[in-house]
Amino acid sequence: MMGLLSYLVFFLIIAAIFAIVCLGLNLQWGYTGLFNIGIAGFFSVGAYTYAILAGPHHAARLGSFGVPFLPAVALSMVAAGLAALLVGLPTLRLRDDYLAIATIGIASSIQLVASNERWLTGGTQGAQNIVQPLAGTFSSSLQYNLFFLAMMLVFVAVVYLALERMVHSPWGRVLMAIREDETAASSLGKNAFSYRLQSFVIGSMVMGLGGALYASFITFISPEDFLPVLTFQIWAMLIVGGSGSNLGAIVGAVLVWGLWTASGSLAQMVLPADLQVKGGAFQIVLIGLVLMVVLIFRPRGLFGSRKALVSHGAKTPE
Amino acid sequence: MSGATLQVSRLVAGYTRGVPIVRGLSLSVAAGEIVTVLGPNGAGKSTLVKAIAGLVSVFEGSICLDGADLAGCKTHTLVRAGVGFVPQTANVFERMSVQENLEIGGYVHRSKLKERLRAIYDLFPDLERLRHHPAGKLSGGQRQMVAIGRALMIAPKLLILDEPSAGLSPKLVGMVFQRVRAVRDTGVTILMVEQNAKAALNISDRGYVLAEGQERISDAAGALLHNPEVGELYLGAKGGLA
Amino acid sequence: MIAQLLANGVILGSTLALGAIGLTLTYNILNFANFAHGSLLSWGAYLAFTFALAFVGANSADFGPLSFGWPLLLALILGAALTGVLAIVVDLLVFRPLRRSNVQVALVIASFAVSLMLRNLIVVVWGPEPKYFTNNIQIQQQILPGVRATPDQIFVVVLALLLVVLLHLFLKHTRLGKEMRAIADNPVLAEVSGVNVRNVIYWTWVLGGSLAAAGGVFYGLTVQILPEMGFNLLLPLFAAAILGGIGSIYGAVLGGFVIGIASDLSVAVISPGYKPAVAFVIMILVLLVRPSGILGEKK
Repeated sequence: MMGLLSYLVFFLIIAAIFAIVCLGLNLQWGYTGLFNIGIAGFFSVGAYTYAILAGPHHAARLGSFGVPFLPAVALSMVAAGLAALLVGLPTLRLRDDYLAIATIGIASSIQLVASNERWLTGGTQGAQNIVQPLAGTFSSSLQYNLFFLAMMLVFVAVVYLALERMVHSPWGRVLMAIREDETAASSLGKNAFSYRLQSFVIGSMVMGLGGALYASFITFISPEDFLPVLTFQIWAMLIVGGSGSNLGAIVGAVLVWGLWTASGSLAQMVLPADLQVKGGAFQIVLIGLVLMVVLIFRPRGLFGSRKALVSHGAKTPE
Repeated sequence: MSGATLQVSRLVAGYTRGVPIVRGLSLSVAAGEIVTVLGPNGAGKSTLVKAIAGLVSVFEGSICLDGADLAGCKTHTLVRAGVGFVPQTANVFERMSVQENLEIGGYVHRSKLKERLRAIYDLFPDLERLRHHPAGKLSGGQRQMVAIGRALMIAPKLLILDEPSAGLSPKLVGMVFQRVRAVRDTGVTILMVEQNAKAALNISDRGYVLAEGQERISDAAGALLHNPEVGELYLGAKGGLA
Repeated sequence: MIAQLLANGVILGSTLALGAIGLTLTYNILNFANFAHGSLLSWGAYLAFTFALAFVGANSADFGPLSFGWPLLLALILGAALTGVLAIVVDLLVFRPLRRSNVQVALVIASFAVSLMLRNLIVVVWGPEPKYFTNNIQIQQQILPGVRATPDQIFVVVLALLLVVLLHLFLKHTRLGKEMRAIADNPVLAEVSGVNVRNVIYWTWVLGGSLAAAGGVFYGLTVQILPEMGFNLLLPLFAAAILGGIGSIYGAVLGGFVIGIASDLSVAVISPGYKPAVAFVIMILVLLVRPSGILGEKK
């Protein structure tokens, strides 16, 4: 019984972390039409920044500076935002698919830096012993996890409410107008590029928040945690939950993460040890199929709006 | 080779359902005629010919070629049925040579490729001289000849031209229209959309003036030239176009 | 030293050039960035590997100093053909239904998903460990001052160049080749000229897929066969296609070799761990300075 509860709590914490990242993507894609396939990169910037700032001192790598939890998280968000600014300035003027390719390149480059620069990130060995907030205050790990889950729910609620506020404000309406028709929006005197950049940076900061929380909970991160699969999972979550809907982002995260862990557990139980890696591969194929089915038969997902998906695209041949 | 008859009845067509640009238009072209379609911008002239060529959705009505209703057919079916279309812009393959441009049109009736190339070069001697040049590097008038030649390679029964004189100098306009008449004389029915009403009507048998997606005036070309209402409807000019 | 790096770059370029051709073709004709293209390289390599294994029992005569013989060549052809079929299947199952619904950008996401799925399907079928076409160790021999290469490597470059020449002849002189160029040039006009666009699109997938498969086999021969090889090459492939100019086949070939050479030359100045980033940097520069690429048209 305790085992099941522990498992559930752990599952919900991770789902909540991904829900936050998915909310960030929803701002970029669902409301602004920006094609970010470099999610893992911004997530990792948040995670590594937290690792460097919080946690004990390390001989082999930079940090740690022993920064307390909330400031460290905030600074991690800032770092992710800066990365987004750096990336967005040259690339946001590009057309959709070029932006997509560029973001893949960014994530891949960040991954390379994380793997190569041992002094900064611990290289392929990663960053260990990151400090959890309020570690040691609780008597059992289950109690600690329950606390962390409660904290996560607060974070999710705060991010959700903040984003809802933003997209229903005049700022948000301009954003959606730009998504629908950029030329019309610019004729209103709104600098489309600047709005898109703001959305991109804010969305990435939210992703960085997710990364920092991830690092603070798992306490050990390495480049292997930030592979393109992560980007794929977040996109699957948003598409299934519904692009353009913040509620959809959260629900999609829980659903897809649930499907992922359930299939993973199934594979673990059913497959012999030497086939475990294949089981992992099979999970991806499964999620991919789900994503494909949703895209073809119900592109707007559960709660999404069709408007979020329409592109300003050219007519293609049959 | 004899031209086809075209009968368009109460055509409703456009790019998006619910936003018709052609709104219940009817017109006809007899075999071997040259008919010009005129009208102000937005009247639906381009959309009309694109609908006949299968490039734009047909919502209602019929388009009969020699009696067979082809509305809504796929473009390459229409081409095989003998509908040749010369778009207004982007009407040559820029990076391919003149000869290759013509060949692309000719593959529809593969077996007679060489003969028809010969016929096109006879009709447009300049093109033979330029046959290995990339079409994108030609002058406006030469490109127009390539564009028309390409459409002729399919041995069309009906040739549709969307503003063939656009962007050409008056001298070239004259030359192009002279060629169009020569094409008709080989037995092809021709439907033209034009802004240059006077020059077009001069070689046409009949004409239509469109406004707001429907035909407003239909008459012999000569009569249209002297019709004051045409001038007004079309150019805001009083006293006709002549 | 530089000469050797250059030679290494040419070898890598052989793979990139062949892979970039299919990418630029589908990008131009179907107007979307196909992230699943890298998978065609991977699948080509794995399929050829499986065929080669199957043949090796029957007849293992080598080609002299080359480490393989007819079995590999035959396996390459079969693998390429099957990869072409795979490309069509993916288009029919995934991309065509999405094109119909006109949710344009979903195509890119779907292709990203397809790429991950195909890569992981490889792991499910063949397992995650690297594979090699041959267990023979080849000795590098000096072929030019300062340049050493194995017979396999030379073969790869020669065959790649041969394929490019054949491709050129195909595009210039055959009906299908001209129709492909026409569609790449102006799809609407091609339709209006009576070209059966849908058929030609299938053949485009076959062509792009087969060439990608050949590129994959070449990479497998000169480096190794890994499930993620295609995905790792995706960024350089896009860089090559964009550098050469989307839609230009000759541009893709040129871009492939330039990216290959630049990546290998970069080792002289930066850490080899960052080699993959070189292609990306070049691509960003091209997009900022001259987005139409070297041989592309200015739009």
